[in-house]
Parts: sequence; structure tokens; C-alpha cells
Amino acid sequence: MMAAMEPRAARSPAVATPLDQPGWPRPAEVREWAAGPAWLLAKRQAGLARFQELGWPTLEHEDWRFTNLAPLAEQPWPPAPAPTEAVLPAERLADFALAQLPGDRLVFVDGHFSRRLSRVRPQPHSVRVSSLAQALAEAPAWSERWLGREGALVNALTALNEAYFTDGLVVSVPKGRAIEEPVQLLHLSTGGQARRASHLRNLIVTEADTRLTVVENYVSLGAAATLTNTVTTVVGGANSVVEHLRFQDESAHAFHLGAVEAELGRGASFVSHSFALGARLSRQNLRVILGGEGLEAVLNGLYLTGGERLADHHMIVDHAAPRCVSHEYFNGILAGRSKGVFHGRILVRPGAQKTDAKQTNKNMLLSDEATANTKPQLEIYADDVKCTHGATIGQLQPEAVFYLRARGLPRETARRMLIHAFAGEIIERIRSTAMREELDRVVWDRLEQDEQVHVGP
Amino acid sequence: MQPILKIQNLHAGVDGKAILRGVDLTLQPGEVHAVMGPNGSGKSTLAAVLAGREGYDVTDGQAHYLGQDLLALEPEDRAKAGVFLAFQYPVEIPGVNSTYFLKAALNEQRKHRGEAVLDAIEFLQFVREKIRLLDLNEDLLKRPVNVGFSGGEKKRNEIFQMAVLEPRLAVLDETDSGLDIDALRIVAHGVNQLKRPDRAQLVITHYQRLLDYIVPDYVHVLCGGRIVKSGGKELALELEEKGYDWILGCNTCAGCESVAA
Repeated sequence: MMAAMEPRAARSPAVATPLDQPGWPRPAEVREWAAGPAWLLAKRQAGLARFQELGWPTLEHEDWRFTNLAPLAEQPWPPAPAPTEAVLPAERLADFALAQLPGDRLVFVDGHFSRRLSRVRPQPHSVRVSSLAQALAEAPAWSERWLGREGALVNALTALNEAYFTDGLVVSVPKGRAIEEPVQLLHLSTGGQARRASHLRNLIVTEADTRLTVVENYVSLGAAATLTNTVTTVVGGANSVVEHLRFQDESAHAFHLGAVEAELGRGASFVSHSFALGARLSRQNLRVILGGEGLEAVLNGLYLTGGERLADHHMIVDHAAPRCVSHEYFNGILAGRSKGVFHGRILVRPGAQKTDAKQTNKNMLLSDEATANTKPQLEIYADDVKCTHGATIGQLQPEAVFYLRARGLPRETARRMLIHAFAGEIIERIRSTAMREELDRVVWDRLEQDEQVHVGP
Repeated sequence: MQPILKIQNLHAGVDGKAILRGVDLTLQPGEVHAVMGPNGSGKSTLAAVLAGREGYDVTDGQAHYLGQDLLALEPEDRAKAGVFLAFQYPVEIPGVNSTYFLKAALNEQRKHRGEAVLDAIEFLQFVREKIRLLDLNEDLLKRPVNVGFSGGEKKRNEIFQMAVLEPRLAVLDETDSGLDIDALRIVAHGVNQLKRPDRAQLVITHYQRLLDYIVPDYVHVLCGGRIVKSGGKELALELEEKGYDWILGCNTCAGCESVAA
């Protein structure tokens, strides 16, 4: 026992057993939850107990070596209450990125569904697009089935989500059906009360031969310290075609934790995009289980950081069936004293022959003080596979800048062209044209605001 | 008549190491000059200094382009004024579309000359003719600059860019290296088509074979950072026949050392 850890600043008792801090409500004390289904209350209680048992992750956890949650662990994060008055007029929604996309849009404010701000139309053919609360009321057995699954993402943060989730997006597409227009979740953190948390639990379930595009969009209305902690389950049926885009642009004081677990069936095609533009600290956990033969998963991501901010992507690609393809592409553009973290684990299980797994993570540092940590991790238990990974961390290539200047482009233009191109490599993989053009505009506007794009090293 | 390029007593080096030690060279309008020399003689340094590549220090001498102090200009300003370097190793630029890049480059030059910029359609019409000159596939225009191009395609792409930008002074840095004979013919044909009475070309090469196709008016041999011999096109043939060793003697450049050994 004496071989125990050496003392560390980040490892305060409050981190190890967070509920010892006063201020965390117990699920049974929340009237609405106590009055709800017993199985759900039991799940919440189990989630909270699990969170207490695991504690906030610290730098000693291998999966958290580069991302310090100590600032988050200092205080309790009770769930944010439902706003008592309208937080903004509906027409102001047009100011947010991706607002012009067609299709249904479910708006949540501090974790609570806002019918007034949302646009949800009736769906034909038993297709469901609704809030989780509505799904629980209208389809309790279905909801229990999918919420009750033991996912592989059982960590302290998903346990915390399980204890406190207030609502979320539910999309269900039965066999052979498609939703043509993207379904969008827009979450607004008001920060009306500082140090409050929003927990969303999203379920996206597609059966065989379906087609769906889903957007999760997380933004802040104010600059308060808030926590957003989401868990999204994606089930891609056989031969389903699912495009999932997660756009995070919260305030520079926000903490953002997002978990996506996707389980895909035979012949499915899944494309996931993660755009991390905001937050003081963001962590995106993405686990994809390639569970049926001959499916393809593309995991694509871009993070832009500046100031003292940190963006972390933690990927697990789990090849559990033969002849599957997974390609991961993550680019980071890091300015100021910010930090980018990428951890990419590829697991090829026994029997997953003919796996084709590729991973690249490229980081462009626009300042001398920005840092990037990248860590590939390959575990391969099959012998006939193709697995590659590559990571780069560097500044703009001087040779490329000179090449462009030697053709007459001013230094400034050359730099911007190269930075734009670096982001463009990721953006161009978005399949939906409207989404692609919108992200291109948003990312470029953001880069233009960063003076280090113009005068970096 | 004002020379296109006039280099006088040019000294330059890298990290304090002298490479060019007094180069004198004058290109009149309409002329094609070849600079030949063994490895390490300073050929690529000469090209780099003329194009304005960072990391090279000019320690003495000067270079004037159409009477202007060339060395005082930023690389982009040299390009806008009509100086073009065909790179020995063209750079791959992922994510930058070839059309977008070349249109931006051409329009920078047009703006500089006070001409109207071309829109996407006008540009495409303009480049279609040029791309045929180099026997390149139009698909190339949709691809990122040099990405996934073969060695030969990269070199042809350089000359294609030259055809689009129509420089007054073209510096070709070992454009023949890595080319098979068919590609070499295509590249040389492209270069020859761009010859005009008011333009000049400086062809830098290690081997004589390029000069079978791009026939120079003058040939210069660079050795130890100086031009040690100049002559007409027959000098290239003589070099081909006898090798460099009959002419070399600086005993400082890598080429001379290997000859001495």
C-alpha cells in the first residue's frame, strides 16, 4: 500500500470522490425524476454511484495524460434549471452557424427542450424525430431498450451524464426509410447561472437500408463557465448510410465533454465529422464499433484553438468483423498558447481479417507557444490486415510558402491559402453540399479573425 | 538595348559558406543562355538567389532585371515583374486546387500590370490552350497543386505555369532531371514555344541532352561559383564529348574534387 501514488497537485480528495462536495443533487430529490419510471431513476442512481466510484479523471489516467480536468473538478456542477423565460427571440437563431440548413431542428436550452424555438414536422412511415422526453412518454419500451444498453463508454463522464441527463435528440429510422434533410440538434448554453451543467442524451437508431444525416450543434449565449456533457448513441443498421456532424463552438469559458458511440452493421457507411472551434476545454470521445462485415467508417475532424484553450479528440476504432474499412483524418490549427490533443486507438479483433484501417493526425502550429500531443495506438490480433497511422506537428511549410510567393502571391495570401487548404482537407469530406459550404464559411471566418493566421511564424 | 538580366560580380552563400564567388552574366532580349556545371558548382544557388529564396545571403555584387535591382525585391514582386523560376523540385501543396492557385497567381500579375483580372470562365478558356501545349490532362486543373503528380507531370506542370504566366525572364532549374526522353521533348517544345524577341531564358542543367531540344545562344560553364568558360552552343557538345574535367580547375567545388580524385 505504501507504493501508492506520489502526491500530486491535481489529485485532491475532491477529485477522487466528487460527491463529497456539497451541491450535487441526488436524482431522487429531483421531483420530475422521482415521479418518472422506476427503471430510469434506478439508472440515474447507479450512474451517480459509478461517478462517485470512478471520480473525475486525472492526469494519471492513461486516457487523460494530456488533458487536465482539475479546473472542472474544483466544484460541483448541478444540472442547469429550465429557463423560466424566453432566452432569445426565435429569429435570432438565424445568427448561428448551420442555421440555414433545411430539415427539422430541435433546440435545447441548458439541456431543456424548447418547443417554441424548434421546428419539428410530422414524419411519415413511423420515422421518429423528437426529444428524448417525448420518446420516453410515447415509446417507453423502445426508449428503455436503447437507453438501457450497456455501452462501452462507461467512464466517469458518461456515468455523470446517466445520472443527470435532462433530455436529448431522438431519431429513429425504420427499415428501408430515409430522412432526406439533415436533422439538427441545436444546444444553447445560456450561462444564466455560472457553474451549471447541461447533460444531453441522444439516440440515433437506424435500421437496415436507411439514410440519415444528423447535426449536433453546441453553442453558448453568454461567456459564463458552463459544462456541457453529452452522450450520443448511433446505431447504424445493415447497409445504412449515416452522416453525423458535431459542431462545437461554445464560449471561451465553457467546458465541453462529448461522447459518441456508434455501432455499425454489415455494409453500413458511416461518416462522422467533429468540428471543435470553441470552449476553454473540449473533449470528444468517439468510439466506433465495426460490428458487421464490409462496412466503412470515415472519422473526420478539425480543431481550431487559440488563447489558453484545449481541444482533445479521443478515438477508439474497434474492428470486430472482417473486411471493414476505417479512415480517420484529424487536422488541428493551433494558435496562442493553446493545445491540441489526439489519441487514436485502433483495435483489430481476432477474426477481423482484411481490415483496412488508416489514421492521420496533422497539427499546424501558428505560434511558438502552441502545443500538440498526438498518440496513435494500434492493437492488432488478426494477421491479414492493413493498418497505417501517421502524425505530424509543424508550422507552415516554408517551401510551400516560397513556391506560392515565387508565382507572385504575396506572403500573406500564401500563408492564408495554405492554412485554408489545411482546414479544407477536412471540410471537403463533408458529403452534404449545404453543410460543407457552411462549414467552409464558418471555419474561414474564424481563421480570418485570428491574427496569427496573418503574422505567425 | 536594355538587357533582361545583368548579373555582376555576384557573391552569395548559405550559413557563411561562400558558394557563388563572382558571377557575371548578361542576357539580352530574345536570348537563351545555358548554365552548365558539375554538382556543387553553384547552379541551383544561382537560381535560388535570382528567385529570392530565403536562407541565401548575397555578400557582394548585383543583379539587375530590366534595369531594376532584382535582389531588393521580395520573391512575389520579382514574379509579378515577370521573373519565373521553374523549380527543380516542385512542391506538393495538398488542399490548394491547381486552378485556384494559378488563377490567383495570374491575376496578381495582371493587377500589377494594371490589367483587368480574369474571372473563372475567362481563365479556363485561357489555360485550355496552354495545357495542350504541354500535353497535360485537363484533370490536372482540378487536382491539388502537384499532389499525386508523377515526376514528369510535375516538371511539365512547371512549364505549363510558365506558359500561363508568360514571364519576361524564365529560369529553368534542372528541368530535365528525372525526365525520360519523351517528357523531355514535350517540356523542351513547351519552352521553345515560349521564346519571344522580348523575353530571355536561363536554362540551368547538368547534362547536355536538354540542349539538344532547347538550343541555347550561349553556354556558360560554372565551376567553383564562377563562370570559367563561355561559348556558343558547340561548347555544350564539347562538354558532352570530353566531360567536365578538361575545363575544370577550381579544385573547390564537389565536381572538381571528384575529377581530381
